[in-house]
Amino acid sequence: MSEIIEVQNVSKSYWRDSLEISVLHNISLKVNEGEFLALMGPSGSGKTTLLNLIAGIDRPTKGKLIVAGTDIASLGESALAKWRSASVGFVFQFYNLIPVLTAFENVELPLLLTKLSKSERRKHVEATLDIVGLGDRIHHYPKQLSGGQEQRVAIARAIVTDPVLLVADEPTGDLDRTSAEEILTLMERLNKEFNKTILMVTHDPHAAQRARIVRHLEKGDLTEGDNHENIKAHI
Amino acid sequence: MRILKLIFKNTLRHKLRSSLTILGIAIAVIAFGLLRTVVTAWSVGVEAASADRLITRHSVSFIFPLPLSYRDKIEQIPGVDEVSFSNWFGGVYKDKNNFFARMAVRDNIFDVYPEYAVPKDQLDIYDKERNSCIIGKDIAEKYKLKPGDIISMEGDIYPGQWDFVVRGIYQPKYKTTDGTQMFFHWDYLNERMTKEMPGRANDVGWYIIKIKDPSQSAVISEKVDALFKNSPAETKTETERAFNQGFLASTSAIITAMDVMSFMIIGIIMLVLGNTMIMASRERTREYAVFKTLGFSGKHMVGLILGESMFISCLGSFVGLMLVFPIVASFEKFIPKAFFPVFYIEPITLILAVSAALLIGVAAAIFPIQRVLNTKIVEGFRFVG
Repeated sequence: MSEIIEVQNVSKSYWRDSLEISVLHNISLKVNEGEFLALMGPSGSGKTTLLNLIAGIDRPTKGKLIVAGTDIASLGESALAKWRSASVGFVFQFYNLIPVLTAFENVELPLLLTKLSKSERRKHVEATLDIVGLGDRIHHYPKQLSGGQEQRVAIARAIVTDPVLLVADEPTGDLDRTSAEEILTLMERLNKEFNKTILMVTHDPHAAQRARIVRHLEKGDLTEGDNHENIKAHI
Repeated sequence: MRILKLIFKNTLRHKLRSSLTILGIAIAVIAFGLLRTVVTAWSVGVEAASADRLITRHSVSFIFPLPLSYRDKIEQIPGVDEVSFSNWFGGVYKDKNNFFARMAVRDNIFDVYPEYAVPKDQLDIYDKERNSCIIGKDIAEKYKLKPGDIISMEGDIYPGQWDFVVRGIYQPKYKTTDGTQMFFHWDYLNERMTKEMPGRANDVGWYIIKIKDPSQSAVISEKVDALFKNSPAETKTETERAFNQGFLASTSAIITAMDVMSFMIIGIIMLVLGNTMIMASRERTREYAVFKTLGFSGKHMVGLILGESMFISCLGSFVGLMLVFPIVASFEKFIPKAFFPVFYIEPITLILAVSAALLIGVAAAIFPIQRVLNTKIVEGFRFVG
C-alpha cells in the first residue's frame, strides 16, 4: 500500500503577543492509503493542530507535508482551497452544518465547486445520503435532526466528492453513546467498504478502538502507538 | 442558483433585523427622494430657463422699474429677435393666502414663452379685450376657474379694485413649466396708472429679450447694458437662467442644507446596513470557516456577503421607490402650489437613489468581507460569537 500522508519534521508554533507557543515539535508520521488512524492525547497536546495541518486548513511553521501526492505546505491559498475540495472530507465535533440549508443542500455544497450538472449532483447527494442511512431525511433542516443524524449528514457532506482522505475531529464528542457507536460503525464501513483513509482525532478510547492504528500525542510530541490492549485498559 | 438561494436564506435568518434594515433603507430612500424633489422644485425655474432668452432689469434691483422707451432701443440691437416685458402685479385674490404669480405683460409674451401653450381661439379673444387674462391650468383647477369667469383683485403694489376676465387657460408644455401664473395686458395696467398715478405710468418691471443665437447672449447682454450706461436707470442684462438663479441666491443656504441632508441620510443608512452586515458576518464566522474548509474561495465569500448586502439594500430601495411616488404625490397636495409650481420626482433623483442603494450595498459589505477574508480557518472555528 502506498503512503497517502507523509509528515516530515513538522513543527507548529503560534504567537500570542510576543510569546511563541510551540504546539508541535518535529513531528514525522506516515499513513498508508486505506488506513484508519486515531490520534489520541490530552487536551492541548496538539492533535487537532496536526489534523488541521494534514487537512490543509492550517500551515506548518516548519517541515514538509505531502498528502495525496501533493506538497501542501507549498501551495498558495487558492490552490490549497482547490486541493481541499478535491482531496479531503471533513467531519467536525459540532457537525458545522449550515442551519438554513436542508440535509440535501448541505451535502450538495462541496459539489457546487465541481462541474457536475444539477441532475448529477442530485444523484450523488441522494446516493451519499443513502449510504449514511438518511435517504428519507433529505429535506430536513439540521434543527429537525438528532445529533447523530446531523453528524451523519456531515459525514455525507465529507464523502460526497469521493475524497481520498477523511479527517474527523472528535466526531463522537458531542454524541450520546448509541449515536457515537452508529457514527463509528459508519466510519468503519467507509474505511473497509469504500477504502477511505480516515484520520480521526479523539479523546474517547472507545472511538479509538475502532481505528486500526492509534498514535498518541503528548505535549506536541508523537509517541509510539498504543496497541488495542492498552486502549482497552483506558476504557 | 444554490448560492443565490443561500444568500436569500441568509437574509431571512433574522427576519426582524433584516426587515427593520430594509424598512430603514426604504425610509431613507423616501426621505432622499422627497428632499431631492423639494430641492428640484425649488430650482425648477433655473432648470426651465431657456437659453435664447435674456432678462434686462434695473441694475440696482429688480424692484426698480425701467422706462418703456427702452423697448424700442433694445429691439434695434442686432441679434435680438423679439422683446417683451412684464410687471409684477401682486394683489390679493379673495384671501392673502391665495398666492400665485400675477403679471402684467406685453401682448407678445406667448411668442417669447412658447412653453405656455394657449389655444389659438382663446388667445384671439384675449388679444381683443383690455381686461382679459390668461391663467395657468393649475390655477384654473385650484380655483375652479373657466373662460368667462371674473377674477376680482385687491391691488397692493397697484392699489385699487381690479377685475379681470378669464379668456384663456394655458397648458404647461413641459414638466418643468410653471402652470400657476396669471398674465394680463400691460396696457390695461398702464392705462389706469396713467390716470390714477401718472408718476408710475410707462414703467416696466423687466424686459424679456428673445435672441436669435444663444451663443451671442453675452455679447447682446453687454450691448443692452451699454445702451443705458450712465442713464438714470442703468440696466443689468443676463441670461434667464442667471436671472432665475439670482432669485434662489437668498435661499441657497437652505437648498444646500437640504442637499447635504439628503446625502447624509444615505451615509446614515450606510452605517445601519453596515452594522447589520457586520453582526451577520460575526455570527456566521464558523460557517464561513466551514465554507473555506470545503474549498470555497475568497471570491465565493465576497459573493455571499456582498450578495446579501446588495439584496437587502436593493430590496429596501425598491420598497422605498415604490412608496416615494405616492408619498411625493400626497406631499404635493399639502404644499402651496404657487410656492412649488412644479413638484415631481426627477429621473435623476431615481437614478441617484438606485445608485446610492448600490453604493450602500457595496460599502456595507466591505468590512465584513475584509474580516472574513482575513480570518484564518482555524481562527474561524475557534471563534465564539
